[in-house]
Amino acid sequence: MSMDRREFIKVAGLSALLGVGGKGAFELLRPGELDAFEGQAPENVPAATPKIRWAITIDVRKTDNSVVQKCRGVCDYLHNVPHFDNPKDEVKWIWGDTYEHAFADGANEYMDSSLADLPFLLLCNHCDHPPCVRVCPTKATFRRPDGIVAMDYHRCIGCRFCMAACPFGSRSFNWRDPRDGLKDRKLNPEFPTRMRGVVEKCNLCVERIDKGLIPACVETCPDVLAFGNLADPNSNVRQILRTRTSLRRKIELGTEPSVFYLV
Amino acid sequence: MLEKALVGSQRYWGWIIFLLAIISVGFACWIYQLNYGLGITGMSRDISWGVYIAQFTYFVGVAAGAVMLVIPKYLHHYQKYAKVVIFGEFLAIAAVVMCLLFIIVDIGQPQRMLNVLFYPTPNSILFWDMIVLNGYLAINVIVGWNSLLAERKHVPPPAWIKPFIYLSIPWAVSIHTVTAFLYAGLPGRHMWLTAIMAPRFLASAFAAGPSILILLLLLVKKLTKYEPGEEAIQSIAKTICYAEITNMFFLGLEFFTAFYSNIPGEMHGLTYLFFGLDGYHELVPWMWTSVFFGLFGILLLLVPPLRRMHKFLALACASVFLSTWVDKGVGLVIGGFIPNPLDVVRQYHPTFPEISIATAIWAIGALILTILYKIVISVREQDA
Repeated sequence: MSMDRREFIKVAGLSALLGVGGKGAFELLRPGELDAFEGQAPENVPAATPKIRWAITIDVRKTDNSVVQKCRGVCDYLHNVPHFDNPKDEVKWIWGDTYEHAFADGANEYMDSSLADLPFLLLCNHCDHPPCVRVCPTKATFRRPDGIVAMDYHRCIGCRFCMAACPFGSRSFNWRDPRDGLKDRKLNPEFPTRMRGVVEKCNLCVERIDKGLIPACVETCPDVLAFGNLADPNSNVRQILRTRTSLRRKIELGTEPSVFYLV
Repeated sequence: MLEKALVGSQRYWGWIIFLLAIISVGFACWIYQLNYGLGITGMSRDISWGVYIAQFTYFVGVAAGAVMLVIPKYLHHYQKYAKVVIFGEFLAIAAVVMCLLFIIVDIGQPQRMLNVLFYPTPNSILFWDMIVLNGYLAINVIVGWNSLLAERKHVPPPAWIKPFIYLSIPWAVSIHTVTAFLYAGLPGRHMWLTAIMAPRFLASAFAAGPSILILLLLLVKKLTKYEPGEEAIQSIAKTICYAEITNMFFLGLEFFTAFYSNIPGEMHGLTYLFFGLDGYHELVPWMWTSVFFGLFGILLLLVPPLRRMHKFLALACASVFLSTWVDKGVGLVIGGFIPNPLDVVRQYHPTFPEISIATAIWAIGALILTILYKIVISVREQDA
């Protein structure tokens, strides 16, 4: 979004006087700007404890290769994630990897192989204290009040500082035109494709959440994944976390991931 | 004064045309990069910074090195540096311009570069790096140019540049400290997450910058009638010696903390660079070459009779230059990404267009340096 808060308030006030509001005002004054923008700007984050803190739990014991494929398939389709044969150009939002890689710093070599051999679904952790947001020089990546770490692809300058900062390897860069990696594939017209030279990653299906839907991976594999509000003590995810032992990646770094692995 | 750069010998113009040829090859590659994307480089989602950012980091050090002349001259009134300090300032100008160019070629959407100004974000170190680098460029242009103008008119430099000169001292420290902070504040990149990153950067800067300066001064002495002064050169050589010893000492400290603590994450980066990890050894010969030449340069500089012979002095400076360049311009950035956050070793091989673009920026630096040094020497030869 190419407006700051002050400018926004000015525009909003003017729009109210003219009797136009909401999306209409954006479309009237900045046509097309809204499409590439995910949710609220970081300036509007309230200091008080949030009422919503979205989180995902992943049942590792039920994760197998078909779950990984289903999640990745639906995510890549919905977000037009390009596929390249060349690992150098790779872009990925959600993928499967081994326990050893997922928990690189704390892998337990004596762990039961029934668990250690299972694939782990990896995605952006939507951290409470995201280093990627801290280092971004343009606020192109920002944390919403509900805990989602989102991206503005039209503001990103492609410096890749966020990729160096992310301790989970969750971010990808468009090394080349992503549309080259979407050829001969069914596209989702609801979600913008990106351009070369910008960073992207899992957005926790923010575009669905804002419509009252749940993330696509959770919807696709409801027996394995759960999505809910961590800030609500009675939510589904809080109940799951009360009864199941869970792991989070690299907690010693203090980023406070909101993706929990149930073991 | 710029007109002095337009009159020169055949050799001068030959050199300029040679540089322009290299620049045009790199420029063509850059146009290709703008059209295709950064996919023309060897970088990937695992090694997301490469040659460009590594060269950027190295030349921030070269730029900061100028302060090793400014401090003795302006704080201690060491008059032997009176004539050479401007060469240091002009070297800083060329180096900072190179740094800015390396950033421009590295970012994926250069046309959006001004977003850093439109949405200023003080919690990003890159925001501060932009401020300190541009500020340092401005300071050195103001100080260098006005000193030379005054020299041409045979008058003392104007009093108003004094505050800029004093400001340039902490500012030189700041450019390399802030650049170190780009790396040293990232969780999960163990090799970079070290409090001595900034002092290590400064030590290597104060060795690398003056080394290049001595090589340049020896070259100037050989090619023109200009005499920089033997005592000045010997003093700079001693500075390099101290700084390079400190630099090697800091490297040893990194080894101690990593290997005595025995924490895998702390060790992996250094293990990869110096011994190889999971069967990947590509950078091992580079890193030991760097250590060898660092120690060799120190040895030559430590022995006064060797240091006084210009042949050995040049060899020592070239050794220190090579050693620090490999350490920072190859090992530091690439090593920091290996192994990746999933503890997997992914290799990085710079491509031809990537190296051409980087070489072109070196050539632009050389071109700026040639023109600025030519002006200084012309002004002084006029007086001789």
